Amino acid sequence: MLVKRTQGQTRQGALTGTFATQTNDINRRNFLRRSGIAAGALGALGTLSLGTVRKAQAGPPPRPGIGVETRKSICTHCSVGCTVTAEVQNGLWIGQEPTWDSPINRGSHCSKGASVRELVRGERRLKYPVRLVNGQWVRVSWAQAIEGIGNKLMEIRTQSGPEAVYWLGSAKFSNESAYLFRKFAAFWGSNNADHQARICHSTTVAGVANTWGFGAMTNSYNDIRRSKTLLIMGGNPAEAHPVSLQHLLTGKEVNRANFIVIDPRMTRTAAHATDYVRIRPGTDIAVIWGMLWHIFKNGWENKEFIQQRVYGMDEIRQEVAKWPPEEVERVSGAPGEQLEHVAKIFATEKPATLIWCMGQTQHTVGTANVRASCILLLATGNVGGFGSGANIFRGHDNVQGATDVGLDVTTLPLYYGLAEDAWRHWCRVWDVDYEWMLSRFESKKMMESPGIPSTRWFDATLLPEQQLEQTNLRAMVVFGHAGTTVTRMPEAAKGIEALDLLVVVDTVPTSWAVLSERKNDTYLLPAGTAFESSGTRTASNRSLQWYDRVVNPIFEAKADYEIIYRLARKLGFEGPLFKNVKVENDLPSAEDLLREINRGGWSTGYTGQSPERLKAHRDNQKDFDVVTLRAKDGPCKGDYYGLPWPCWGTPEFKHPGTALLYDTSLPVKDGGGAFRARFGVEYKGANLLAEGSYPLGSEIQDGYPEFTLAVLKKLGWDKNLTPAELAIIEKVGGSNADAVSWSTDLSGGIQRVSIEHGCIPCGNGKARAVAWSLPDPVPVHREPIYTARADLVAKYPTLPDAKQFRVPNIGFSVQKAAVDRGIAKQFPLILSTGRLVDHEGGGEETRSNIWLAELRQDMFIEINPADASERGIKDGGWVWVTGAENNSKARMKALVTPRVGKGVAWMPYHFAGWFQGVDQRSKYPTGADPYVLGESANTITTYGFDPVTNMQEPKATLCQIKAA
Amino acid sequence: MARMKFLCDADRCIECNACVTACKNENEVPWGLNRRRVVTINDGQPGERSVSMACMHCTDAPCASVCPVTCIFSDADGIVLHSKDLCIGCGYCFYACPFGAPQYPRVGNFGSRGKMDKCTYCAGGGGPEAPGSSEEFKKYGSNRIAQGKLPLCAEMCSTKSLLAGDGEIIAQIYKERVIKRGYGSGAWGWTTAYHEGIAV
Repeated sequence: MLVKRTQGQTRQGALTGTFATQTNDINRRNFLRRSGIAAGALGALGTLSLGTVRKAQAGPPPRPGIGVETRKSICTHCSVGCTVTAEVQNGLWIGQEPTWDSPINRGSHCSKGASVRELVRGERRLKYPVRLVNGQWVRVSWAQAIEGIGNKLMEIRTQSGPEAVYWLGSAKFSNESAYLFRKFAAFWGSNNADHQARICHSTTVAGVANTWGFGAMTNSYNDIRRSKTLLIMGGNPAEAHPVSLQHLLTGKEVNRANFIVIDPRMTRTAAHATDYVRIRPGTDIAVIWGMLWHIFKNGWENKEFIQQRVYGMDEIRQEVAKWPPEEVERVSGAPGEQLEHVAKIFATEKPATLIWCMGQTQHTVGTANVRASCILLLATGNVGGFGSGANIFRGHDNVQGATDVGLDVTTLPLYYGLAEDAWRHWCRVWDVDYEWMLSRFESKKMMESPGIPSTRWFDATLLPEQQLEQTNLRAMVVFGHAGTTVTRMPEAAKGIEALDLLVVVDTVPTSWAVLSERKNDTYLLPAGTAFESSGTRTASNRSLQWYDRVVNPIFEAKADYEIIYRLARKLGFEGPLFKNVKVENDLPSAEDLLREINRGGWSTGYTGQSPERLKAHRDNQKDFDVVTLRAKDGPCKGDYYGLPWPCWGTPEFKHPGTALLYDTSLPVKDGGGAFRARFGVEYKGANLLAEGSYPLGSEIQDGYPEFTLAVLKKLGWDKNLTPAELAIIEKVGGSNADAVSWSTDLSGGIQRVSIEHGCIPCGNGKARAVAWSLPDPVPVHREPIYTARADLVAKYPTLPDAKQFRVPNIGFSVQKAAVDRGIAKQFPLILSTGRLVDHEGGGEETRSNIWLAELRQDMFIEINPADASERGIKDGGWVWVTGAENNSKARMKALVTPRVGKGVAWMPYHFAGWFQGVDQRSKYPTGADPYVLGESANTITTYGFDPVTNMQEPKATLCQIKAA
Repeated sequence: MARMKFLCDADRCIECNACVTACKNENEVPWGLNRRRVVTINDGQPGERSVSMACMHCTDAPCASVCPVTCIFSDADGIVLHSKDLCIGCGYCFYACPFGAPQYPRVGNFGSRGKMDKCTYCAGGGGPEAPGSSEEFKKYGSNRIAQGKLPLCAEMCSTKSLLAGDGEIIAQIYKERVIKRGYGSGAWGWTTAYHEGIAV
């Protein structure tokens, strides 16, 4: 059957070139290929001839007689962390080979990873700096660009202060660049520095860290091979993390594991599921409580685990009791019997893991969703052991690392926060005077208050200043961040126009360059890809991987490090900024930057991963086990691959890293751990420390608080500190050395001593089922701001309006107005957005990569056949999609498919270059326009922000679709 | 002597298109030509399955039987190759192929389509150009077989769904998988290409 279909399609296609097939089957791939080849794409290609094989001037095969070097880097397209092996001859990247030795990808790639060579040498890259002069792009030199940008920044600083500039960084930075960029913002004097984690997993980090201590995936992709039950809720790893499926499917096959997918869409991942549950977008909490209702009712919970290691589960029971199967089905659409079945499997066929991605996080209730997921794991005892845990698949290749090293408006590197203690800690590491640092800021208050989240920058630009807790933004400096991935794009376009300066540093022009009607004061600077520099990146499983420079930056591109250095020099603080970092030919040393992170990253165990150890891992990948990630042999014997954080103590202490967080079955020195005692020792009289649970070999066989010098003294263990360590502790602590803790002790002595006694430095506490510090201590279901179920808003309203992060969040007012105006009648379809396998993020890079662009040539919207037929919409036909705010509209093709349920529509968010029906190709700099353009999903998306992180809401809003 | 084959385990294929771009990367295949593609059936519905398709390098290849200038031949490893010097772009092979493998660089009838292009199993052209030479590369793409490597599409498959190598070995790998996991929808295209299935 399959063979026949293949025949039919390709014959027609290849012969006529128009794919005018008479097939009735609905196939996304056909649809895209058919629609693209015929018109837009080939027209767009223009100069590309269809010769048999492209001229191989800068490519394979290797020329005879010249050596071919092999270099290892890491794929830049997702958080799995696939090793890329590059063959380089004469400074040209001529081939990619599979990396069989990598325990993470074992030679494999997805379409993106298999095409990264083109990312580097792509013809549509931004090739030299350009500046917008009266609406025309004019080529400028690097020196002119830096001079012009620096002068303008200083002018704005003089007139409006340091807070008027926004520093938008990137999850594609190396750890070292991200750290440097955050440090740069601090030296500039602002906390307005953010990156894609805001719109990706900020709610995960907040939710998870507030539950059990650290904000990251607890286990690893590889560890899923040991799961007996996999529950994927709000994720589509077959498209977003394809190589992870190698591990997931192995688990499914070898263990005959249950593979459950809960999602509004029947995704490519769901195609491999043993159970698929369809839910209405934005009802995750109702569904999880619905599962827990069955678990508690049948006594499937793990009572011993809860008693020993969880605080507040009784309050959860009260909330869960409100969610009997009928109510769950009324709200979410998930049938009670199906949920009972799934709940039973999850609670009883162990180990079970819960996997999520942006389906849970990108909501106004994102943090609460994540918390509910954690609670499901805690109730069933499915965390802290192999095959279990919260396997949170991060998005970009270094979004975990960039978050860790503090490229975030709420904290300094490694989650130290913004309080004075945190600043003093980092000033010690940076070797700068705290008072000088303070003088860089507008005030101590601004220095200690979280900046503006990346989802709100244009509100901070456009709203009247009296509604803000800072001055209006006047300049944006954007390093490696798409212009299309933040919601409410019509307002972003106005925001861009209102800026006095826009600087975009990227490998391609990006949609920032074309979205607005700006005419002047706009610079595009060509950055090298990650393959054109070196450093480390942290994969989703917390493993750090060192990567080599494959080739020098091509065209006039420069490495991020160098661009930041040149900017700092122009702004006059390169001296203190690079005090401990060697700079050669304007290029700061990535090794030195990592060493500086090592010297300060105690709170998260970023201290043991020295460049030397990580390079040894790179060179000995073959020694690491594909399931446990532990080296069985060789110079890294005993280490976990990439020294997943926390890797406690100094590099010399040789901690192996922590493959599984909170695993009490191992000694801490072998990667064991416990829930972090982060929230105190008791709350309202209840004990917050673990009871009778402790890492193997612990000398304290019960819970204990975080280690400080005072705690060591109480235990008599301070005698184990060396004089050198003690001297450093006393220097750090000054008159109050007893208060120096495991996270501020720059000697690593406190960590070393506690671990040598079998104890984890961050304490052995209980996880919090009730997080009293959050707006919803117990997660409760709240309807999306724009909901199709206006009837449920009275019972499940969103939270009241409030001021968060220096800007107002008026979600409640917007929701109320939408209900009062009957918006759901005008816009009856629920709109959700997500990913395609061949593109990443805003698609800025992948739509400029010829091999990937060819695979996806048209923006489209998925619509259920029933909704399509009501509207007279044909598969492949043009439609107008209209949104509930800004009179927004977008023109794209319809893909009629039962993949989405009735009443739900779905769009990918990788497209840009068309805006509300207008082709913007002519606005790109000459020769740097992406191969493929399309409307952006976020033109249609609407207001709605998570109260904890100001995460946006692109997963559940409303729209209407009409045939065009 | 090894008999090289392809096998796509449809229970593992996730339509990630790694095979497609790996092929583009290795052979520098231009826009509009696809030596390999992924086909999905029941898209978006229960029973959705994907399978990666290219020239299967058939036993008694039908394309070779119909070629009027006999430019298509099998090499010692069973890999089906063709000579672009002899090819007249008539398109007969395309009609004969059960997998839609032959591709043409231009749109049009008969000779105006240009020389046929298809998957070479990353084995270059089979002569007279020297293996691994740039002359061979320009016409046929990479020659990994000459370096003792397998086609990059299979080597880079994200889930190890697409297997390449000696037919008996990959059939054995597939059999072991099916026995271990307890299900298998069969080796797609094997009966058509190699006149045999894989009995488990």
